[in-house]
Amino acid sequence: MSDHNTRLNVAKTYKLFIGGQFPRTESGRYTKFTLASEGEPVNVCRASRKDFRNACVAARSATSQWSATSGYLRGQILYRIAEMLEGRRSQFIDELQREGMDAVASTGEVDAAIDQLLHFSGWTDKHVQVTSAVNPVSSAHFNFSVPEPMGLVASVASSAHGLTGLVAAIAPAITGANTVVCLASESHPLTAISFAEVLHASDVPAGVVNILTGERAELLEHFASHMDVNALVLADVTDEQRTACQVAAADNVKRVITIDPAQLPGVTIDGLDAVSSLQEIKTTWHPVAN
Amino acid sequence: MTETSHLAFEGPWDYAPAPESTSHITLQSEYGLFIDGEFVPSASGQQFDSVNPATEDVLARVAKAGSEDVARAVAAARQAATQVWQPMAPAERGKYLFRLARALAERSREFAVIESMDGGKPIRESRDIDIPLASAHFFYHAGWADKLQYAWPGQRVAPLGVAAQIIPWNFPLLMLAWKIAPALAAGNTVVLKPAETTSLTALKFGQLCQDVGLPAGVVNIVTGDGATGAALADAKGIDKLAFTGSTGVGKSLIRSLAGRNIPYTLELGGKAANIVFDDAAIDQAVEGIVNGIFFNQGHVCCAGSRLLVNESIATPLLDKLKSRIETLVVGDPLDKNTDVGAINSKAQLARINDYLGIGREEGATMWQGGSEAPEKGYFCRPTLLTDVAQSSRVVQEEIFGPVLTVQTFRTFAEAQDKANNTPYGLSGGVWTDKGSRIFNMTRQLKAGVVWANTFNKFDPTSPFGGYKESGVGREGGLHGLRAYLKTATESDA
Amino acid sequence: MTEQTLPDLSRLTPVDTVGVNERVARLCSRSIKAESKRQGLLRILSMIDLTTLEGADTSGKVLQLCAKAKQLHNALPDLPRVAAVCVYPTMVACAKEAVQGTGIAVASVATAFPSGQSPLSIKLDDTRAAVAAGADEIDMVIARGAFLSGDYQRVFDEIVAVKQACGRAHLKVILETGELGSLDQVKRASVLAMAAGADFIKTSTGKIQPAATLPVTLVMLQAIRDFTETTGRMVGMKPAGGISKSKLALQYLVMLNETLGPRWLTKQWFRFGASSLANDVLMQLMKIETGRYQSPDYFSKD
Repeated sequence: MSDHNTRLNVAKTYKLFIGGQFPRTESGRYTKFTLASEGEPVNVCRASRKDFRNACVAARSATSQWSATSGYLRGQILYRIAEMLEGRRSQFIDELQREGMDAVASTGEVDAAIDQLLHFSGWTDKHVQVTSAVNPVSSAHFNFSVPEPMGLVASVASSAHGLTGLVAAIAPAITGANTVVCLASESHPLTAISFAEVLHASDVPAGVVNILTGERAELLEHFASHMDVNALVLADVTDEQRTACQVAAADNVKRVITIDPAQLPGVTIDGLDAVSSLQEIKTTWHPVAN
Repeated sequence: MTETSHLAFEGPWDYAPAPESTSHITLQSEYGLFIDGEFVPSASGQQFDSVNPATEDVLARVAKAGSEDVARAVAAARQAATQVWQPMAPAERGKYLFRLARALAERSREFAVIESMDGGKPIRESRDIDIPLASAHFFYHAGWADKLQYAWPGQRVAPLGVAAQIIPWNFPLLMLAWKIAPALAAGNTVVLKPAETTSLTALKFGQLCQDVGLPAGVVNIVTGDGATGAALADAKGIDKLAFTGSTGVGKSLIRSLAGRNIPYTLELGGKAANIVFDDAAIDQAVEGIVNGIFFNQGHVCCAGSRLLVNESIATPLLDKLKSRIETLVVGDPLDKNTDVGAINSKAQLARINDYLGIGREEGATMWQGGSEAPEKGYFCRPTLLTDVAQSSRVVQEEIFGPVLTVQTFRTFAEAQDKANNTPYGLSGGVWTDKGSRIFNMTRQLKAGVVWANTFNKFDPTSPFGGYKESGVGREGGLHGLRAYLKTATESDA
Repeated sequence: MTEQTLPDLSRLTPVDTVGVNERVARLCSRSIKAESKRQGLLRILSMIDLTTLEGADTSGKVLQLCAKAKQLHNALPDLPRVAAVCVYPTMVACAKEAVQGTGIAVASVATAFPSGQSPLSIKLDDTRAAVAAGADEIDMVIARGAFLSGDYQRVFDEIVAVKQACGRAHLKVILETGELGSLDQVKRASVLAMAAGADFIKTSTGKIQPAATLPVTLVMLQAIRDFTETTGRMVGMKPAGGISKSKLALQYLVMLNETLGPRWLTKQWFRFGASSLANDVLMQLMKIETGRYQSPDYFSKD
């Protein structure tokens, strides 16, 4: 009980992040998230499939501009995310603890997430160089292969890690100029939405990253079956869930990529593999003559 | 003295028939399955006919493999992988691939003739494209066998094991080469299933493997229909699936692989746009359109089946295109002057004719050109469908025949939108003289292969494969090779 | 004839060389056998401009050439005549007399052949002299220097003037494609020459390498097709230089057949400028006749 002389804190409303805005779920549903530390329970939005659909529309409309953004600029934006996260380091450490992580692990988690983002910010203008090829065809043509973004990536973040799991579900996609709709971990909805605020303050164009909080069991099939999603990234889903997703993903030959959570946290995940797994290789031919 | 009157040279100059000789080829009346280095009958004893689509004659009886045969083939491949092929020094593996490349080149004429007899494609194409390219694929990949450590610096790679490979009927031996050459170079062994209507060059290739002394079980060939393919995809013990064929079958394969942790590459269907701007080199664009859609009777997943032409040049372009099509010779695949051969099967011809009916019902104007088709056999003359719209089924769906739909556009953005407005994304073509426009359009097209001011070019060094529903992964070049390898762990050392 | 104006040569449809080469390769893959080969060889023979263009030419040399033109090969009766003999202006009178009454035309090069580097007045005199001496056809050269420097008007005006000087003689305009540098330029020169009134366009003088090639010829044939479609006027084509084998000549014929069609398959619209091609064609015809491969020793060299 607070007495009348104590200041009442302003409770934060955790909403979804769609198209650069923070709407409530259209369904009006919520999940009561009980904090591990002191404080009132938080009402977290329980996104519906229509929220997912809205997020996909936002993400799709952002693809052409984002994929046309130079690697240099995308690198700067990813760097900016790391920078902003660094500035709010203590907030995230605090929030992870409120979600149940201990102090040491929370600190390690946030530091690792910042370092991961920094690592990916350096890949934006390099992965193309590393995975491109000029192919010495035997006819009178110039022929080259370059990676291009797959487009819209639906991504399910690891439950095992609060922030690095989220970064691993988002950074490889946007590093490679994809847009993302990410389903946050059910156990870390607060850090996910706070991270959305970081993205919002980091010059990430609206719609490039969209974050939903909600129930994996409910949303997974929609992530897998949406016909406008080009790739599906799954972290620590069950075998049954993964199989079901792979079956549903066949309908539009969606690429399904699984992230091994054992590789989290830290920059130990192979950044290049993670980025490349969300790229298509395009080969272009042109005659050579005068 | 005056000129002799019978030498007035009025009228046309026709090309006399120039049939390729079939005297130097040998075909058995029956073929078994090629398992563990031997030709063996299928467990069930079942067989099916391989038919010449140009004459409707039966060329040979071919064994039909069931799941028991497939299991034997996979076991043989497993045994060969662990006991022979992977322990072998990489350079020695490479030598076998070089031998296959050379042996194919040496017997190229025989393979070309059989390919044309069995599949209906013009001998000009099997002789000048399919067989030489197949040999080139083996030669290119042979050199990789002992150089894999240079391909991806910083990564250690290891073979996957047994690769199951299912190939289509449109480029039988070439697709075999696309599949087998990289698999073997990377240290895998293979079980390959040719298409039901075109098994013969694969079986001849099995004999070639025997002749060059390839260790038993490294290459296994199981012939049969879709059920055989499904059995191979379902087989226990496969470590990789590579498939080229229709998007429908590709999707069912994805579903059958779900939960099995088997990597796959899929080359599926397409409905490529061939975009011609008003500043294009028009005569070469016409040639590219012809090569884009009438190559191999249009039985090409990456065919440029949708012509998008700048409205301002549509009339002259179509006039030129029609004139050019009129010079195409439709007929006997074995005639060296044939440009458009036989449709691969009765079923495929029926499918194409169904689409022509659908097109007419949708209000399309149909125009056919080239020489008259022979009475006997399965033929379709080169066809243009004009007065079609983006909403027409003939524009949206893959016909897989010598049928080109024609649409016009007014601006770059409209061309781009129409080109990408499809679930497919295998290939695309763009014709313009403006460099900056080429790079812009080739970047905007959502397709794995883009031909600018050319079309339907292939090379072993050049990755091939699609976006979206046109497939997963690439074949050819460095990117294709990677699909037959995994990142090595300690146990692979 | 109406007043000619120089067309806008800056706005021609471009030519892609690799695409042209691929089309040529495909045309060359046509297999010409049996009766169509015999018919093709006879047509080729009828389209030859039997040529001698040497500083050392004498009336003796020209008379030999004309004798060959009149009597190609004794063992093969009923051969067509070659289309023409092609000589320098000073040799026209001699040639004209030698082929009188045979139906064989006399063609003369003119306009300061082969370089074309003389004042227009001299080129016109050259032309008039050849026509006066009896030339039925004039093979002029364009001013390549002017063309390459962009002075298309001068090149155009010269052709118009020479055409006028030709009177009733047919005018073949030699582009000397080996000096033009690209297929785009070949097309530009073709369009220019046809607009200026050329009856034929011709690849080469034979004095510059490369002379006639299949890709250059394809581009010129396509230019002719476009010109004919626009204006309704047919223009002839003459590849010259470097065509000495029957097989190659048949490939030109296939190209002609599939680009301009049967209307052009006569000497009225197509010529080969060649000196040694005739004998190779005769050897092939003898091979067809006898089934035996031939030796040059059995064919007269003139």
